[in-house]
Amino acid sequence: MTAGPVQLAPLAGQVEIHNRTGENASCVGQNKVFCPSWAFDNFDRYTTPLVNQLVLVLVAVAIGFAVAFAFAILSHRQRWLVPTFTAATGVLYTIPSLAFIFLLLPITGLGWTTAIIVLSIYTLQIIYRNIVAGLANVPAESKDAGRGMGMTNRQLLWRVELPLALPEIIAGLRIATVSTVAISTLMVFANVNTLGQPLYQQIDFKTNIVIAGVLSILMAIVLDLLLLAAQRLLAPWRRPSVEATV
Amino acid sequence: MSGAINLGVLSVFGDAIDFIFNQQEARTGQTMVGGPDQVFDLTGEHLKVTFLALGLAAVIALPIGVALGHFRRGEAVAISVGNAGRAVPELALIAFVAAFIGVGLLNVTFALAVLGIPPILTNSYVGVSQVDRNSVEAARGMGMRGLQVVARVELPLAVPTIMAGVRTGAINILATAALASLAGLSTLGDLILGRNVYGDAGVVAGAILIALLALALELGLAGLQWLLTPRGLKLARASAATT
Repeated sequence: MTAGPVQLAPLAGQVEIHNRTGENASCVGQNKVFCPSWAFDNFDRYTTPLVNQLVLVLVAVAIGFAVAFAFAILSHRQRWLVPTFTAATGVLYTIPSLAFIFLLLPITGLGWTTAIIVLSIYTLQIIYRNIVAGLANVPAESKDAGRGMGMTNRQLLWRVELPLALPEIIAGLRIATVSTVAISTLMVFANVNTLGQPLYQQIDFKTNIVIAGVLSILMAIVLDLLLLAAQRLLAPWRRPSVEATV
Repeated sequence: MSGAINLGVLSVFGDAIDFIFNQQEARTGQTMVGGPDQVFDLTGEHLKVTFLALGLAAVIALPIGVALGHFRRGEAVAISVGNAGRAVPELALIAFVAAFIGVGLLNVTFALAVLGIPPILTNSYVGVSQVDRNSVEAARGMGMRGLQVVARVELPLAVPTIMAGVRTGAINILATAALASLAGLSTLGDLILGRNVYGDAGVVAGAILIALLALALELGLAGLQWLLTPRGLKLARASAATT
């Protein structure tokens, strides 16, 4: 329970300048918009935060998916669970992540556990809603065809309903993943060294802000494209449509 | 074992409540912190920047979204703005504003408005463009012109969708206003980010206050949505829910 990196940061004069030599120094010293040579020399500072953030996102989305999937399957047969689970995850989703971290402080302390709990809770609602909507949108004819072939409920679910719901399910995963990447920068306040760490430590240093910000946005875009590719691969019969936030 | 942990948890939450209601000496000594006065000031500042930014976001995003939806143009733009908005890391945004534009209320308001614009724009586009074409045709048949159709048919029918976007935007803004402490504003984020001054009690107090504020804002906007939703729509929903 130490104070960790979290402290009130005075804005001026906290830029810690490395490699203050030659042209580097003048660019960094004048805090220009972007100093390419500094970025090149110091890129290794960002590798650990980048990897940590990626691992955090993947673990959180995986856990969120597992929980949301279990509840979606459960509520597929028990329809009354749908409004209950939607309302519960909705309330959790409303709590700002920064507040959530510190509400957990007395219970789980700060660290990866807290970060993963907070991030996976935020993924629940969107993934759950999309799985439920995907299953609900499966055409009755397809289900009838399955039943006509003698499928049991369980076979129908795994061989007809879930495959047909795949585009919606992956659409939910995409939204959840992209938001989780953005929120995961805040997990620096849970003492996890994500890309938020360099952002928070040198908040006045422009080159640093550009690198950390761009890396985080790139991570979101790359993961989104990978999931889009997965959707095309797994559900080639349906072109992914533009998804709205509604 | 578990009893001890529970007691510890309870005592920190108890200290946090105490922090909200009673002024006490700071962890660093000398100054007094906490208590209703400071909590009231920080909450006021937090709400002020939240509402300013939300208002600005709505003033920018609503007309654009509604216009695009009315003419059913620019779907790709309206949807992509919403998707791109989700990828923006809040911390990077605040850092960007602090480093590139400057600190203070005005700059932070603009930064926070950036977070509110995407959901409001996307949802007002979707809400208006999804209004049943037949309703629009009927309105035109009754002699309504473009703006009348928007104001009296499309907007009322789109209220639930638009308000969903406003609520998302509002919560994004309120959440990120906590980080405004990094850009020269004293919001409730001060308590959370100032653990060395306020201690665990202050940090948890800040978290409790921000969470309560978010839930209150969500409830308030849900109430506003209920007031703005046309009665016919509510009746239709109620009957759809019971059947």
